[in-house]
Amino acid sequence: MQQKMWGALLCVLAMMGCQPATDKLVITGSSTIAPLMAELAERFEAQTGVQVDVQSGGSGRGISDVRQGLADLGMVSRALKQDEQDLAGHVIARDGIALIVHAENPVAPLTRDQIIAIYTGKLDSWSLLGGADRPITVVHKADGRSTQELFLEHFGLDNDQVRADLVIGENQQGIKAVAGDPYAIGYVSIGTAVYEADHDVPLRLLPLQGVPASLAALEQGDYPLSRELNLVSRGELKRQAKALLDFLADPAQAEIYHAYYFLPATR
Amino acid sequence: MLTTSSPPRADRLLSWGLRLAGAAAVLVLGGIVLVLLMQSAPFLLDHGSDLWRNDWQPGQARYGMAAMVAGSIVVSVLALLLAGPLAVLLAAWLRYFAPALRRPMLALVELMAGIPSVVYGLWGMLVLVPWINQWAPPGASWLAASLVLALMILPLALLVTDTALGQLPVRYLQAGQALSLSRVGMLRRVLLPQAGASIVSGLVLQFGRALGETMAVLMVAGNVVQWPGSLFDPVRTLTANIALEMAYATGDHRVALFASGLLLLLVTALLLLLSWRLRGEKHALA
Repeated sequence: MQQKMWGALLCVLAMMGCQPATDKLVITGSSTIAPLMAELAERFEAQTGVQVDVQSGGSGRGISDVRQGLADLGMVSRALKQDEQDLAGHVIARDGIALIVHAENPVAPLTRDQIIAIYTGKLDSWSLLGGADRPITVVHKADGRSTQELFLEHFGLDNDQVRADLVIGENQQGIKAVAGDPYAIGYVSIGTAVYEADHDVPLRLLPLQGVPASLAALEQGDYPLSRELNLVSRGELKRQAKALLDFLADPAQAEIYHAYYFLPATR
Repeated sequence: MLTTSSPPRADRLLSWGLRLAGAAAVLVLGGIVLVLLMQSAPFLLDHGSDLWRNDWQPGQARYGMAAMVAGSIVVSVLALLLAGPLAVLLAAWLRYFAPALRRPMLALVELMAGIPSVVYGLWGMLVLVPWINQWAPPGASWLAASLVLALMILPLALLVTDTALGQLPVRYLQAGQALSLSRVGMLRRVLLPQAGASIVSGLVLQFGRALGETMAVLMVAGNVVQWPGSLFDPVRTLTANIALEMAYATGDHRVALFASGLLLLLVTALLLLLSWRLRGEKHALA
């Protein structure tokens, strides 16, 4: 919402002709990236005076806006697909999804099939996994979140196969739900989970396919359930867009990425 | 009150000011209805018949809202059943049986009414849900949502009831005492029936508030789209659905959420009409 208002404000200013149109960048797309981009863009503006208009509306919108020339850069919170090779992708950060359980849950690392069975309701007691004889509280994300899409895609599930006990919105809600229920399992952005577990929240991150869920594993590219956060462009980049990409890759901005629990891409 | 053939300037100004304010209220409400109608009309034409199915999978263009309408209603009804009688009994007890406690209790209750709903939600999420979870997992459920809502609507329901009882003519009380009626008998036969209409109207307003509450419910209801089969099953309300998905919805999905807002408006309007009917249209709601 904030970005939108910011964007609307910038539109109005642009229409009033306060700045020549060439000195302005339009970035649209993924709502996962938008909050991070809005903050980075604000810093970029303060440094260079180039106006940046950030609007969220999903990765799909980012791609179509860039294709139609409505946006200079599109935010896409996944790798580019085969039929999107007409666009150039610039990876700005990485993000992963961690499966979390309560710290007191003694369950051994789960296999892919066990996770699928849990989320489709075929396996509904921890006793079948070596734990207490208690039903499993399955925490799932609401529709439209890219975290949910990636999770479903990774495990080859359709959303209507999932039998959830609790549907959440924000990562924080998932953290609170799992930390408050010793028999819950959920999935959230890896950075959020690591941060909370480091701050004495009773959480345990489950390794996935033998790889521990950590920012280090994510950084090395070993962690299987991860995605790249992209900025896409088409054709020749504007001078200002180039400057923005350089600005985003500057290690000085790393702390902002971390504040949003993303891992800045290393070039 | 004095009236003259040509009212003074100040009065005319006041009268126009009031008319303007009244018109603004109507215009805003009309605007809301109009926007909801316009936004959802194309969707309703395409998918209108699907709305009543119990199958909400916006990713696959399936937009059945029946389970969420049911969720909204049952959560609010249970909240009202929990909070309503308690509020009425408590108000009557404070006024007629424990007048010394009345002032401090009302002050406390007013404080309760001022607590933001998110705080109730947070309490529900961190205390109530884990507690229910110990007995009947997953904890986030119809019951948890209704309990939090009941707690939220209790203060205003109590205050409204107290005011309604306070507005009864003193002579009822005096006549009752002269006839040496017992306090319970007087309350049951005279005072509560006399104040009934105002009490019911206050409760109906609180019911509307429960129906519209979003954040607190979102945090404790579990938000699984399904028929509310048991008190311990998670449910999703229409408002929670809008809050969960609006920021991420595009295209038809987004329009479907506008349609669910319209649906919520209709449900509220129907309930209000029903309550007016029940009260014999004695007077419109304040």
